[in-house]
Amino acid sequence: MTETLPGAGVPNPLDEAAITAAVDQAVAAIAAASTLDELKAVRLAHTGEKSALSLANREIGGLPKDQKAAAGKLMGSSRGRVNKALADRMAELEAENDARILVEETVDVTAAPRRRRAGARHPLSTLQERVADIFVGMGWEIAEGPEVESEWFNFDALNFKPDHPAREMQDTFFVEPPEAHLLMRTHTSPVQVRSMLERELPIYVLCPGKVFRTDELDATHTPVFHQFEGLAIDKKLSMADLRGTLEHFARQMFGEEAQIRLRPNYFPFTEPSAELDIWHPGAKGGPSWIEWGGCGMVNPNVLRAAGIDPDIYSGFAFGMGIERTLMFRNEVGDMRDMIEGDIRFSEHFGMEI
Amino acid sequence: MRIPLSWLREFAQVPAGATAEDVMAELVKVGFEEEAVHRPTDTLQGPIVVGQVLSIVKEPQTNGKTINWCQVRVVPEGQQQSLTGEGIDPSGVQGIICGAHNFVEGDKVVVTLPGAVLPGDFRISARNTYGHLSAGMIASVRELGIGEDHDGILVLSRIGLDPEIGTDAMELLGLYDQAAEINVTPDRGYAFSIRGVAREYAHATGTSFTDPASKVQAPAELAGGHGVKLNDDAPIYGKPGCDRFVARTVRGVDATKPTPPWMTSRLRLAGIRSISLPVDISNYVMLELGQPTHCYDLDTLSGDIVVRRAVAGEKITTLDAKERALDAEDLLITDGSGAIGIAGVMGGAATEVSDSTTNVLVEAAHFDEVSIARSRRRHRLPSEASKRFERGVDWQVAGVAAQRVVDLLVELAGGTADEAGTDVGTAPDAVTVELPAAFAAERIGIDFTEEQILTSLEDLGAVVAKSDGGYLVTAPSWRNDLETKEDLTEEIARLVGYDQIPASLPVAPPGRGLTRVQQQRRRLLQALAASGLTEVLAYPFVSKAANDTFGVSTEGAPRKALKLANPISEEQGYLRTSVLPGLIEVAKRNHSRGFRDLALFEAGLVFLPGDTLGTATIPPLGVRPSEEVLDGLYDGVPDQPLYLAAVLTGHDSPAAAGHAPRAWDWADALDIARIAGDVLGVEIVISQGQHQAFHPGRTAQLALRTGEVLGHAGELHPKLLAAHDMPARSVALEFNADALFAAAADVIVARHISTYPVATQDVALVVPQEVPADEVLSALREGAGELLEDVALFDVYAGKGIEDGQKSLAFSLRFRADDRTLTADEASAAREGAVAVAHERFGAVQR
Repeated sequence: MTETLPGAGVPNPLDEAAITAAVDQAVAAIAAASTLDELKAVRLAHTGEKSALSLANREIGGLPKDQKAAAGKLMGSSRGRVNKALADRMAELEAENDARILVEETVDVTAAPRRRRAGARHPLSTLQERVADIFVGMGWEIAEGPEVESEWFNFDALNFKPDHPAREMQDTFFVEPPEAHLLMRTHTSPVQVRSMLERELPIYVLCPGKVFRTDELDATHTPVFHQFEGLAIDKKLSMADLRGTLEHFARQMFGEEAQIRLRPNYFPFTEPSAELDIWHPGAKGGPSWIEWGGCGMVNPNVLRAAGIDPDIYSGFAFGMGIERTLMFRNEVGDMRDMIEGDIRFSEHFGMEI
Repeated sequence: MRIPLSWLREFAQVPAGATAEDVMAELVKVGFEEEAVHRPTDTLQGPIVVGQVLSIVKEPQTNGKTINWCQVRVVPEGQQQSLTGEGIDPSGVQGIICGAHNFVEGDKVVVTLPGAVLPGDFRISARNTYGHLSAGMIASVRELGIGEDHDGILVLSRIGLDPEIGTDAMELLGLYDQAAEINVTPDRGYAFSIRGVAREYAHATGTSFTDPASKVQAPAELAGGHGVKLNDDAPIYGKPGCDRFVARTVRGVDATKPTPPWMTSRLRLAGIRSISLPVDISNYVMLELGQPTHCYDLDTLSGDIVVRRAVAGEKITTLDAKERALDAEDLLITDGSGAIGIAGVMGGAATEVSDSTTNVLVEAAHFDEVSIARSRRRHRLPSEASKRFERGVDWQVAGVAAQRVVDLLVELAGGTADEAGTDVGTAPDAVTVELPAAFAAERIGIDFTEEQILTSLEDLGAVVAKSDGGYLVTAPSWRNDLETKEDLTEEIARLVGYDQIPASLPVAPPGRGLTRVQQQRRRLLQALAASGLTEVLAYPFVSKAANDTFGVSTEGAPRKALKLANPISEEQGYLRTSVLPGLIEVAKRNHSRGFRDLALFEAGLVFLPGDTLGTATIPPLGVRPSEEVLDGLYDGVPDQPLYLAAVLTGHDSPAAAGHAPRAWDWADALDIARIAGDVLGVEIVISQGQHQAFHPGRTAQLALRTGEVLGHAGELHPKLLAAHDMPARSVALEFNADALFAAAADVIVARHISTYPVATQDVALVVPQEVPADEVLSALREGAGELLEDVALFDVYAGKGIEDGQKSLAFSLRFRADDRTLTADEASAAREGAVAVAHERFGAVQR
């Protein structure tokens, strides 16, 4: 910037035309500034200490007293115009700049890396919880027990006679030594026995858990699987109550259209006993009845084993497999998928079922 | 049980066109599950006819074999061939190449004509072979799918047949028949017979039933036959092993006579192989009436038959040619020579009928279920006979069954029955059950009419008398399963139909919802899954080595663990004392499938046997054991706490553009344990730990504030990882989740939240290398007093400027008061107090 010498380029603060020209020049320069840096240069040139307007302003001090007011007024409004133009332009350019930065910061959101993921629950666990919740909603309680059990809880208390073929049909894992009479429970029914021994009557409990049979693993068998068994002991319970409970549960589980069917069967711990089928409209190969589990009215010998008087109380019980339920409810084709722990199987379900 | 339909039709009203599927659909209603269909025509199609071999030309081949070029007449001489089709000769004589040599000119054989299909989708057509057009095949039993006989082709005269040429051989051999296979539940022994199933079919369809036993004319009394004594001096549960023994004699039989095709066909459909005529007859009668019988070669018997228990050291060679050592509890059929059969299980080899047998002694006996079941198990001899006896056979039917065998031996084997016979034993007391009038209705929820009750029970064969307020019901002799009013109730409901049972929803009393522990478990599992871990469920079967490594922290101290008596694999013969071995197996399986970055967890029971293991005896069924006995049962069951374990390998996330994944390290394992603590509101105290499965320098012991050890976390031992082919630096943790649950407060008391400004002060302390940071932190926390809100370690430094063997720990202390803004002096004073305790304890000096 060239030095503006006093008396030469300095406009007279009373020279309205000259001052206005300087102002117009400044406003034009401000408008022409296209970046914040340019605007800063323009600001220094037109409002800096050595700018025409500042120098003119300084001249006011040397004016005769009676001229000072007029000159001050002129200079004040003129410098006000310039400052306003500067501020307006500054706001404009800042807004432009902010917008440009945001545009420049644009990312491809579709290329975002996945830094954190939720893991997954095992569907057998979540299904077990869902079943439990349905019964808890009905006022039932959830009972649990050990997986290695005394033979008495697993068999004798459930009216399996010592030499009856039904006992062998359970394909039991026995624990050594045999004299200790310990085994891996073949069903969750021992929990029912424990519940009857330990709880106040009436009893409405659901017993979910792991059970064990000496089957080799294949597409439809596994030596370790899960069951949920229900037990209700109350005065005057009938098979109609059993059917009503199972129907309600089936509807909660499979929707209002769900239907169940009972067929005669045999279990040592129930009499009468029934096989429970569920109508599966979406079954592969067309709608059909699917075997779902067993049920019946608690055998009086089972009540007696728990010290419950069968002349006063009656009860019903039922049991279904979680794996089997998952297989037809969620269309799992191969039992091994549930067993092997392949992360793809669980992760597909997330924490839902 | 397989039911040939032709057989069922003899005694039940099965519609003419009914298939095995139709029959099963009826039987399922009364409680017999469908198993399978056995139908020869599913794999076998005609034309298959009887032919007569007119001529055989033997033609030696260059390969040394001789083949037969046969002319076979397949329509009677003088008649026209009515069949047409490619390869069917209008003359009625087919030229056929045959490689077998067990037939001669004039023999009648089974000819599969072009167009026939044999099992295995073997399609018969005329084809050029050995220089001739061979138009059909002369069939063997194996090719027809009706036997395993390799001895060449089926010559009809050898099975006692001389049919007309051109006869439909499928009809002749019973191949249009079919069988329905049903599952018989173990309570219903009577249904292991055509007799029982025909009755059930009648129940299911509401049609009539003819009892096959009623068609046999058995003498009311027998006397003077072969001597039989029932000498059971050690009955089981007080029940004699044998309470009826019928013996009949048939003389002059020809045991070599072929079994007629109608019988072999039915036996085959029922799943029983034809052996010899006397044996086939015995099996046939067993299938028809449910009563196993046995035929002895009378001339090999020495003296009277005695039914008794075995004596120590006694042996028998059974029909399967195996010598078996007998147990004192085994019930035996014996004669003067010793044991000639394990009663109800298997006969002896020495007295079995053979081709040279001419005189047969027929046994039809009734044995105790338990005695037979034990002998069968002891000798691992499941037989058709034992299957029926251990479920229960009709006491009344023995005489009828013996008579039926006698009749068939006379009719088919040309024998003559002795008038004299033997029938010893005592009928068991009939069980009469009282059924209160309203009981069935109350138990089932159907308002049964008296007629429904009476009809159902009488249809079963029960005798019903009315009594005060109900019925007195005597079960039929073949239903040993009807002992209680509940049993009778099931029968009434079953025959009226389970589909008639209405639905009503009982209301449970208000419950408590999930227990605290059940909720804690769910929260823990959800939290770990939400933190990025994947839940798996491994089998609890592990090796001894796995338990010795993972189940105990110190090397060389074997883990006390439960062993299975009958594991699926001997290698994995123990129950887990740690969840980690199973998780590591699952991790390896995922690796092998291409997944290297893993964070797996499992919560499962572990099995920790204590000093008491089980109980020496088991209380009886049907009675509540005394509290003392119950306590014994409870105490004998080993501890099975819930353990939670996790294994992390590889990285925390997949590599991606603009993102460098972080390798899991030991601190992640600690973090997961601390997350578990956070979720349950329990502080997990970390200290330097030791566990043989973990890196000796990178293992944390996880404990409660009380000092109770929960488990371990850190890097797995490099040697162990290498041995398991796992990635280096894999980390893991395991802790007792039940103990963590138990440590949670019942009620968490809220903390006052101060809104006064925070004052932060940093301090760097130099301490010896071996001093654990967490202990210095604890010292600072104690020394800082109640103004301290939080303290965190933010830097660890050793090296330049720090003396060898020393390290600098930098902590950030955050102070805040409940009731005022702290001055800088107050904060500094608190900091100095903190440093003073660290100095006193560890010689810590400010840098």
